[in-house]
Amino acid sequence: MDFFDFNLPSYGWSTVLGSAISGVFLGSIYALVALGLTLIYGVLHIINFAHGALLMLAMYAVYFLWQAFGIDPYLAMLIVVPGGFVFGYLLQRGVIGKASHGRDEIILLVTLGISIIIENAALFFFSATERSVRVPYDLDGFDLGVTFVVYPELAALGGSLLITFLLWLFMIKTDTGKAIRAVAKERQGARLVGINVDHIFAVCFGIGVACVAAAASLLVPTYAVHPQIGYLFVLIAFTVVVLGGMGSFVGALVGGFLIGIFEQLGRLYLGESLGVITISFIFILVLLFRPSGLFGKPAG
Amino acid sequence: MNSRGQLLGLCVLMVILAIGPLLISSGRWIEFLELTLFVAVLGQGWNVLAGYGGQYSFGHAVFFGTGAYIQALLQFKFGWNPWVAMWFAMSGTTLIAAGIGYLSFRYGLRGSYFALITLAFAEAFHVLARSLDSITEGGRGVQLSLNQDPSQAIAEFQFNFAGPFLKTYGFYYTIFIILLITYLLTWLMSNSRFGAQLIAVRENEEAAMALGIDAFRVKMKAICLSAIITSSAGVYYVQKFLFIEPGIAYGPAKSVEALFAPIIGGLGTIVGPLLGSFFIHGVGEVAKEVIVYFVGDRPGVDLIFFGMILILVLAFLPRGLYGLLEMLWLRLRGKHNA
Amino acid sequence: MLEVSGVSKHFGGLKAVSQATLSVPEGKIISLIGPNGAGKTTLFALISGFIKPDEGEIKFQGQSIAGRKPHLICQLGLVRTFQIVRPFANLSVAENIAVAAHIWIAKRTDALLKAAEIAKLVGMDGMLDQSAGALTIAGRKRLELARALATNPKLLLLDEVMAGLNTTEVHEIVDVVRGIRDTGVTILLIEHVMQAVMSLSDYSYVLNQGELIAEGEPRDITRDPNVIEAYLGHGAAKRIAAMEKA
Repeated sequence: MDFFDFNLPSYGWSTVLGSAISGVFLGSIYALVALGLTLIYGVLHIINFAHGALLMLAMYAVYFLWQAFGIDPYLAMLIVVPGGFVFGYLLQRGVIGKASHGRDEIILLVTLGISIIIENAALFFFSATERSVRVPYDLDGFDLGVTFVVYPELAALGGSLLITFLLWLFMIKTDTGKAIRAVAKERQGARLVGINVDHIFAVCFGIGVACVAAAASLLVPTYAVHPQIGYLFVLIAFTVVVLGGMGSFVGALVGGFLIGIFEQLGRLYLGESLGVITISFIFILVLLFRPSGLFGKPAG
Repeated sequence: MNSRGQLLGLCVLMVILAIGPLLISSGRWIEFLELTLFVAVLGQGWNVLAGYGGQYSFGHAVFFGTGAYIQALLQFKFGWNPWVAMWFAMSGTTLIAAGIGYLSFRYGLRGSYFALITLAFAEAFHVLARSLDSITEGGRGVQLSLNQDPSQAIAEFQFNFAGPFLKTYGFYYTIFIILLITYLLTWLMSNSRFGAQLIAVRENEEAAMALGIDAFRVKMKAICLSAIITSSAGVYYVQKFLFIEPGIAYGPAKSVEALFAPIIGGLGTIVGPLLGSFFIHGVGEVAKEVIVYFVGDRPGVDLIFFGMILILVLAFLPRGLYGLLEMLWLRLRGKHNA
Repeated sequence: MLEVSGVSKHFGGLKAVSQATLSVPEGKIISLIGPNGAGKTTLFALISGFIKPDEGEIKFQGQSIAGRKPHLICQLGLVRTFQIVRPFANLSVAENIAVAAHIWIAKRTDALLKAAEIAKLVGMDGMLDQSAGALTIAGRKRLELARALATNPKLLLLDEVMAGLNTTEVHEIVDVVRGIRDTGVTILLIEHVMQAVMSLSDYSYVLNQGELIAEGEPRDITRDPNVIEAYLGHGAAKRIAAMEKA
């Protein structure tokens, strides 16, 4: 590509539509990863930098369950989701809560430290080799005319919609959900009426990691696992969360779809390599001009 | 916080660093010291903005990488002399810093949001460096030609083929002088009106504004100074390795290295980044050797270790090793009764 | 010296300050009282530039300052303190005050000398090397005052500098405030401690639910039925009890 002689290529509507549709499927994966992140931010008001590393860890878990015991990645959800919850709960209660002294910047740094440890531990134990699961249905799918959709992509789309719905239901209907919302709104007040805030924080973090584990199950059939995969997703997940509005589930979903579509169109028009820049670009613009995102409440 | 004491400690350290290496002839040790000082400079750049100013950048690689790229490209594309190029590398980076700072601070991004936007800028530059082949040579990176004429070693800012002294010590003293200047600058800053105002902004921005401090301007100055220091590390890197590519320049590794040293050594202290760098590269290397002895050498060992130290320091030593040393010193002198 | 006319500020549907008009003549101590949530602190934030007014005019020494940035207003000689004190917790008392003194003084050593001078003025001369984070409430209130003073203000806005202090401490700070006025600094203060309001202020304004409901000499104000009603409706009993306890 020659930078000085820069012309946007022009495409027919079917190519553009095809790109946009594959963007929706890609976006549903981003939304999945972002859901847990937005939940954690909404309640704890912290940005969990280790989110990508945790995703990667969960993906390895799904992979090894398949490799060692032949467990189908989708079935593995029954194991990694509860496992993710417990891991997240303990991580928040035992490490993040203890080490951060309640200061935002320190929390950010602690989660960064955790991500460095997890990523390099993965490199150490599993090496940088890419590993992918082979399932009989991973290349099956159907033709939409403008683009081809494989079943795992469809599963990811369905999964993200379902998980968003379940999370919303959980927050509205259950006592724990209500306690979480109380803590998110008014930390001190919640403490005064007898809610164990540290416990709720840890529960939230646990749910966030459980979401990431579910995302991992849905990702493994289409994405190869390697120690850096978390980092690839984490920046996009941040963008989705910021665009959708920190703490908003619907925002994460819509934000995920939008980012997916933007990315695919960016790739189409700017090329594979430069196309990714649309994400950083959106991220910067949203942070500057609408940090509360599309569905968030403006601060102050 | 006694700045006289800090200055004294700093002077002692500097004298040791100036003379010490002459007593060592082992190339491996000199390399080790070079790396340590390099990270100490990188760390001071981060420390100025985050330690003194409270603005935690997660994308400091953007300043390292831009400094390195400008230094490399001016030589590669236009055949500039490195001694001339370096001024453009540092001032160019400062312009970029001013742009990023202007956008971030004008729109009031603080805390986590500032961390995120700096990360986003680093990533954007990463993508640009990889994609704009005609400007940056893309993913291949920029390889500078090696000067093999000993008489031109100083003029070409390359010591690989220099006389025996420069060949061994040339790059060590280069990074030492950069360290000396940047630490002196930091000391001057911390004892100036600007430094006091910057610390006030870190402690409480509203209160600082109420007391007549132009918080925006103070933060702008800080990010520019930070960029000058960090880009000087980029200039050094390019002259030493004669190579730069997008991953090294703008990847997350440099951003992370830049914050390890000051946090572990002591945020917002002058010697902190140097102490921290020595700790992670000294004690860290030893620990690595031990781990490698027991489990074998595989990539990632040192970073697992650094990550753990980071969390432990955040949890138990909020003022880092400097705070620990200060406490021990006060206890030793029996002054610890507060 | 300060003229506030018809200033309003809404937050969403809430009228925090509505059509506030008041004036502060040079050399006086003026007080602003009213029940909690009356909009006093918001009015301070409006005057000192932390919030932009929706409408109205604020003039300081004849110059319009509405919507101007806080640091510029401070540089004109109008400085505020915060109700919830905001010390630079990791710095010493001397460093805290010196930062403020730096507004006019470039040299570090001179600023520290000035800080020592100011500390004496507010009775903190023995605490210069103490960490601000380790101060008692009374200490922090004094520090807040000292920092404001170090900017060489012409007009000082004091937001509840006596809240949370015991009687002895209140007496001490009343003397300090009077001393400051005697050096020629005009003062506008928000205060709940009525004994301090009565003994210090030359004139009072009463704010309730964002609106000024009364003004006059402090003695007359306390007899104003509007004022009594406003207070009785909003937990006056609690405040009286607090005063008796103090």
